[in-house]
Order: sequence, then C-alpha cells, then structure tokens
Amino acid sequence: MSNILTPVLTANWGAEEAWTLGSYTSTGGYEGLRKALAMQPDEVVELVKGSGLRGRGGAGFPTGMKWGFLPPMESTVDGDGNPKARYLVVNADESEPGTCKDIPLMMASPHTLVEGVIISAYAIRAKNAFIYVRGEVLHVYRRLLAAVREAYAAGHLGPDSPSGVDLVVHAGAGAYICGEETALLDSLEGRRGQPRLRPPFPAVAGLYASPTVINNVESIASVPAIVRHGAGWFADMGTEKSNGVGIFSLSGHVTRPGQYEAELGITLRELLDLAGGMRNGRRLKFWTPGGSSTPLFTDEHLDVPLDFESVAAAGSMLGTRALQIFDETVCVVRAVLRWTEFYKHESCGKCTPCREGTYWLAQVLAKLEKGQGSESDLDLLLDQCDNILGRSFCALGDGATSPITSSIQYFRQEYLDHLTHGGCPFDPAASTLFAQEAVR
Amino acid sequence: MSIDEKTFGELREIAARYPQARSGLLPMLHLVQSTEGSVTPAGIDACAEVLGLTAAEVSAVATFYTMYKRHRVGDFHVGVCTNTLCAVMGGDAIHQRLTEHLGVGPDEIADKRQGDQYTVSVERVECNAACDYAPVVMVNWEFLDNQTPDGLVRTVEALRAGHPVTSTRGPRICTWKQAERVLAGFEDGAVDEGPAAGPASLVGLEVAQQQGWTPPHGLTHEELAHEIEDEMHEEDA
Repeated sequence: MSNILTPVLTANWGAEEAWTLGSYTSTGGYEGLRKALAMQPDEVVELVKGSGLRGRGGAGFPTGMKWGFLPPMESTVDGDGNPKARYLVVNADESEPGTCKDIPLMMASPHTLVEGVIISAYAIRAKNAFIYVRGEVLHVYRRLLAAVREAYAAGHLGPDSPSGVDLVVHAGAGAYICGEETALLDSLEGRRGQPRLRPPFPAVAGLYASPTVINNVESIASVPAIVRHGAGWFADMGTEKSNGVGIFSLSGHVTRPGQYEAELGITLRELLDLAGGMRNGRRLKFWTPGGSSTPLFTDEHLDVPLDFESVAAAGSMLGTRALQIFDETVCVVRAVLRWTEFYKHESCGKCTPCREGTYWLAQVLAKLEKGQGSESDLDLLLDQCDNILGRSFCALGDGATSPITSSIQYFRQEYLDHLTHGGCPFDPAASTLFAQEAVR
Repeated sequence: MSIDEKTFGELREIAARYPQARSGLLPMLHLVQSTEGSVTPAGIDACAEVLGLTAAEVSAVATFYTMYKRHRVGDFHVGVCTNTLCAVMGGDAIHQRLTEHLGVGPDEIADKRQGDQYTVSVERVECNAACDYAPVVMVNWEFLDNQTPDGLVRTVEALRAGHPVTSTRGPRICTWKQAERVLAGFEDGAVDEGPAAGPASLVGLEVAQQQGWTPPHGLTHEELAHEIEDEMHEEDA
C-alpha cells in the first residue's frame, strides 16, 4: 500500500504548542538551517534547483531558477559604488478565493516559514527579509511576530547571527491585488498596491528598485525540509516535472473539508475518497483546481492528475491547489457572478481593460442571473472576456475571465435556463451548510 | 483630536523598522486606527509629518485599502464572508440575518442599547483564506468558523453585552482598536491562546497517521551530522 498522503509541512501541526520554538526544535526544526550554514550560499541555490521545487503560489515557476535570475552582486551597484542590497520578500497575502493553506501553516508552525526565510535569504545573500502577511488574520500575525522574536532570541536572526539576516513581519491592510508580486512590492514600499510593468522583473529591480526575490509561503516553507533531507528526497516525490509534495485544500460540499498534503499528481477522485466523498452522497457538479482564477472543472475531470502539466493539458491551471467543490444544488451562474463581483471589487484600477471590463462583466452577468437579457448576452460576455484577457499589467483581469468562459463552456444550458425560467431556478437554501445538517 | 507624543514616538518606531521609512506607512495607519478609531485627518497629518510626505500622499494610500476606515466602526467589527464558496455554504443567509437583526448597512454601527457594553458593526468581506471552515465570519479579524445565522446573532449579542467570546481558532476576541494595535506590530501577549490548528486543518494529517502513511525517509540525525561535518571540512580545505 503506497503512501497516498505525505505530510511534510503539515506533519507537526497537531503537536502541543506547535507554534513555539521549543516545539519546533524538538521535532527537528532548524536542522536544515544548520546544514545550510555549513554550505556555500550558491550550493544552497543549486540544491533547491536540483529538488525541482516549483513556486507554490500558483504560477509554478521553478524556485531555484528564480533565485538564479538575480544579477551577480558585483554587477549591481548603488550611487556610492557599493553592491546593491538584495531583498527576500515572502508573499503571505493569501487571498485567492478558495486558497487556505498558507494561513493554517503560519498559524500552526510559523517557525517552518521563519527557518525557510533564513535559509533562503542566506542562499541569495540577502540581509533583509520581509514576510508580507494580509492584515485580516490577526492571530496568524501574532504567531509570526512571536516566532520572529523567538528566532532573534535564539540567535538565528539578527546582524550578529550566523546568517546575518534581519526579518520584519509586515501586515497588509486588505487588498487582494497585493498578492500580485509587483503590487505587493509597491504596497511594502508604503504605496497603493498597484502592479508594475515588467520588465524589469523584481530580480533586477524589485523592492526599493533593488534585486529582490519574492516567493510564496509554501515555497519558502518547503526549503528547510529540502535542505535537511536533500534535493533527491524531494525530487523523487511527485511527477516527472512537478516534483515534491503540496498541500491540497478541499472546501465546499465534501464530507471532510480540510488540508490534505500529498505528492503532486494525486487526483480529485483520490482526495474525495479520503475526504469521505461528497456530502450526503450528492453529485459533484463543478470545482476549481486552483482557486477562482483557474478555469472550472466538472465531474469529467475527477481523474486528472493534479500536477502543473496535466491540469494545464485539461484546460485549467493547478494554481494554489484550492479545490472548491460544488454539488448539484449550486447554481453556476450565481457562483460565477459572485466571483466576478469580487474581481470588480478588487481590480486596482490601473489598467483600463480590467478596471472597466470587470464592471461590464458584472453588469451583464447580474442581468442574466435575474433571467433578463437574451442568449446573445453570452456572446457579449465572451467578447468582453476576449477584450480583457492578456491586456493588462497583471493577471487579475485574466483571472476574472476564467470562471466565465469555462462556465459557459460547460454549463451554457444553465445560463439559458435562467432566461426561460425568468430567474434563478435553484434554491440557495439547499446548498448551505446548515441545510445539509438539517437533512442528516 | 490631536495625536499625542507617545503615539508620535511609536509611529517613528514603526518607520525605523524598515530600510526606507515609507515602508512603515501601512502599519502606521493601523496604529492611527488603534488610537483614533479610524483614519482621521489628524492621523493622516501625523503619518505625513513622520515620513516627510504630503497629507494627500498618505490619503491616497489610506483610501486604497479596505481595512482602513474613514468613519468609526463598532468595538466589534463583524466581517461576513460572502465570496462564492462561503456565500453558497450559508454566508449570504448569515449576512442577511445579522444585518436585519441589527438594522444596519455596510460599516454602520448598530444602535447602542441600554445595557450594552460594546458596539458592533458589520461588513461583507472577501475570501479570508479559511474556506475549509465555510461559512466563515471574522470578528476584529479573528476566525469564527462554521457559522450559522442564529449562532452568529447569539455571538454578536454576547459581544454587545460584554461577555467574553473566544475565536474558534484563536484567543478571546479583543476590541477593534486593540486588534489594530497588534497589526501595527505591537504584541499583546495573546499569542499562546487558541490551538495550533483547527479540526479541518488536521484532517489530512489524521488520515495519514491512521494509515501509517509518511513521506519517504530522509536523512537520519547521524547522516545529517555527517553531511554537515563533510561540508565544514570542504570549507576548511
């Protein structure tokens, strides 16, 4: 019997006071740092490259390669001729609808992330690191502040520590767009969070126009175990091109929603089986493989291996492995309208196609949901999507089109049913958590 | 109201955490909210003075982010997630029930009745990264997981009456101003309250433990020690 679940990052979440330095150290914490500090920084970069770790924040870009894109120290100088400072920034602004893995990680085991930050900053020769955490998770911020305080006291952080790294935990203030890496940098510089045009990429001109690496929480948190056990240990897990383990977040109409850490390449069918199946034996209708910005899947896609390549080949994106599961009681038009209102609300307003387009999308969808309009409005929606996709600085507008185009692809008839029915044919009460509990 | 010297000192302290002072602006605005109850003109001027910016520059930032309020909110500010998944799982019904019960619109403070210790306000929030606990409600940015309409009304009434309410995955919920002070980076001693993880966060781990599933064995402590020793020797050589 093979190991279907492989807890690495989640392994200590059940430990007594798992968030404390004492608990973390007692289960092997900071051993990866010890090994990293015995290596040359470039060797650590090579080790992470060799592990095949790919960014866990959605895009899946190889982490070690991202680090390797930093220009050589001697080639970047400030006004005084000194090498420019390099920065490491952790994107802890987890806000993509459906995504809920980094927040529990930081709440349960903030030291996993802190150790990862120290190793990664050492590897890329950064002396200043930042964790940018969304502001709306107070207790997570407390746990991070305390972990950093403990790490300073233990001599893991600070200018006089072996790594020489300083780490600031920074609380955001409510803006989905700040999860976009260049908007995050603007926000961290004390500005409105609006994406920047690239190039230059952050590796060349990031925070304070200096070379900067930005990685997702789960990516950086994976580094200690990779360094501790070796590149091969990690690379042997997962699929050929999507190496290692990842946290899969099941939410919605499943019997046991929650976090399931498995090798990349597991299927929703396998995960549903572990999660006790669909609630009350209902039928799976649609799901997102990686958050609301990834095109919807249906019950046809239960056996798609959840790795970067297979999900892309099936027409969506692995994203953040945020599996939002909706059963047959849910109206897809209502779901898509709500996501569209979210993108409209969160568009930063910098680029016209996204700023204006998301308003248009929401208007047309709202009309359709009420049973007004006509079939030609579906073509209008698709045309609007066509005029938003790929036309802005960042991917927010692109993400807004994903649920619309994919839902029209798979559920065109359901949109039309709203027109013939003169409104939504579904009872929203039937899909609530409490309705299901009443049935039981 | 003007900003007192202590707060000015703390604003400077926040700015000093960063290689460039302006990076402190977001936490500084959180601190302003903790003393002023919202982002007030005096608070904007204070941030501008500390950072050498204009009030317009600070205002431009403050108006971009939804956590910054231009008007007072309640002592307990309730955010009901009505993004798709939570809405479908009951967030819409919860939001409707609560706003009807309190008779308030977005960000409005419900009337303080005779006997109420504290005020409450309500807003809709976007996905708060707790979808496995849907439907989710935040009170002063602490999690209330798996909520129901009636249950939340009872919780809100307990808050108004001054009874202690504990987050399902966190400490006893403090006031909004106290929460804003923590977000400015000042610890409040509540870090060790609440569990490491809620039940949904642990479901996969529990299945793995029951089945005896683990990742492949990595290095033992001895092997790791050898590797570190080898690396050290390499460096010496």
